[in-house]
Amino acid sequence: MDPIIKISNVSFQYSQEEKNALNGVSLDIQPGEFVAILGHNGSGKSTLAKLINSLLLPTEGEIIVKGMNTKNDDMLWNIRQTAGMVFQNPDNQLVATIVEEDVAFGPENQGVDPVEIRKRVDDSLKAVDMYEYRKRPPHLLSGGQKQRIAIAGVLAMNSECIILDEPTAMLDPSGRKEVLQTIKKLNHDENKTVLLITHFMDEAVQADRVIVMDGGKIQMEGTPKEVFVNIDLIKKFGLDVPQVTELAHNLINEGIMMPRDIIKIEELVDAICQ
Amino acid sequence: MSIKIEQLSFYYGQGTPFETKALVDITMEIKRGDFVGIIGQTGSGKSTLIQHFNGLILPEAGTVYIDGTNIKDKKVKLKLIRQKVGLVFQYPEYQLFEETVFKDVAYGPINLALDELEVERRVKYALELVGFDYSSVKDKSPFDLSGGQKRRVAIAGVLAMKPDYLVLDEPTAGLDPSGRNKLLNTIKKLHENNITIILVSHSMEDIARLADYIYVMYQGRIHMQGTPHEIYKDSEELKRIGLGVPQVVDIMKALKARGMNVDTDKLTIEGATEEILRVLRSKKDA
Repeated sequence: MDPIIKISNVSFQYSQEEKNALNGVSLDIQPGEFVAILGHNGSGKSTLAKLINSLLLPTEGEIIVKGMNTKNDDMLWNIRQTAGMVFQNPDNQLVATIVEEDVAFGPENQGVDPVEIRKRVDDSLKAVDMYEYRKRPPHLLSGGQKQRIAIAGVLAMNSECIILDEPTAMLDPSGRKEVLQTIKKLNHDENKTVLLITHFMDEAVQADRVIVMDGGKIQMEGTPKEVFVNIDLIKKFGLDVPQVTELAHNLINEGIMMPRDIIKIEELVDAICQ
Repeated sequence: MSIKIEQLSFYYGQGTPFETKALVDITMEIKRGDFVGIIGQTGSGKSTLIQHFNGLILPEAGTVYIDGTNIKDKKVKLKLIRQKVGLVFQYPEYQLFEETVFKDVAYGPINLALDELEVERRVKYALELVGFDYSSVKDKSPFDLSGGQKRRVAIAGVLAMKPDYLVLDEPTAGLDPSGRNKLLNTIKKLHENNITIILVSHSMEDIARLADYIYVMYQGRIHMQGTPHEIYKDSEELKRIGLGVPQVVDIMKALKARGMNVDTDKLTIEGATEEILRVLRSKKDA
């Protein structure tokens, strides 16, 4: 299968900066994949997301989204429709005064037929479990609910790929859970490709593949197990591992035998209580 | 010497069909030198509560005393109360506005009409307290700093007012893990420098690590209060009201459920490591 996003040797420099924000990044994302991108602030994660969405253009190299080069101006709206973005602050991305109108904003701008819009809005709101809130004003919703509305807005565009840039950073634990469950459901049931930028290791653990960025480069890549087993390296990049991984590591250092790549609570419990 | 709240209630939109109870009958006392955590879901009343601590909202029902002074008393100068109780809002870096770090941190002290020397002394004190090298950072533009650094500059701006109490609303939100650790260490240091800390957060790990006493807010009320150990014992209740517990707590409970005789009352990775080793090794000796 062709990758839905193909990033080839991409570098990017912001105009006032001396250093490149990205340095020769290559990455293929397959349709239906759930990829988490980790990295400290300033490591280049958000720049990468904006490049995929054609909000920025590569200084060197190229990005192909479903066969379309992000440098091709004529394809701009098709690219953004294929790969929709959800940002960190839920209050900065909802535009309408009623939930369903907000979700309809994208398809309306595309000139989609009104009957089809109605169907897409309803389907999208059902997919994020917010259908019963369709008549509410967004500002009365919780942070987690607002982010789910933002995700519904992307779904209503029939996007195949959803790029989320720290969507849970401003949410409380239950809001974070809601959003992550929604993301996983869309990935699993609707086969949406998901690119999740996050600082929360417990979210990254649930992805198919984890990418670690530092200094504008991809430094680590693999399944969550393959990545989090390298605790020292992860910490060197200013990141953390899940508490359960660190605990397992401490026990191994004290001479207790168990696998080194524990990332879930059940795995640790099984290893100790066999 | 304390922040003392007695039977405080607050309603948004009182008398309208949208009337919402934000705070209901809150009574609490935070003494000088305490390190208090306030946790609760979005909308549980945390932010409304802390805005009463320095008179940004004056109590409608109930009383707020700062070091014995009723802040609703007509003779009270709220400016003095706000010097005493510093409030750091969420995402405080959005409030930076000056050309240099020095000018930004100096903004408060200059408005207190302090002389130039004292202003400089305070700016230096505040920037060093949050972990900056004064001479190398003072002339930089705050907008050239990283997210975590900007946030520390914003906190320095509040510290330059020499508050006795410092209230921080979600200070680590949006920071990466190393930025978070640095900021938490800074906050710990502030507490060691005799500043009373009130930390509002929904990060259970942060609160478990630092606070001596925790208030859990739910639907505008104080739902639980106690030491971190007392609070996290009831992890099921915390989850029911939309909060999490540190992963360590879940790990220890899962081990216990599988028949391992561990003490589940561990909140940090270090504590949990020792406890699991203790049980494993005693089994081996037996």
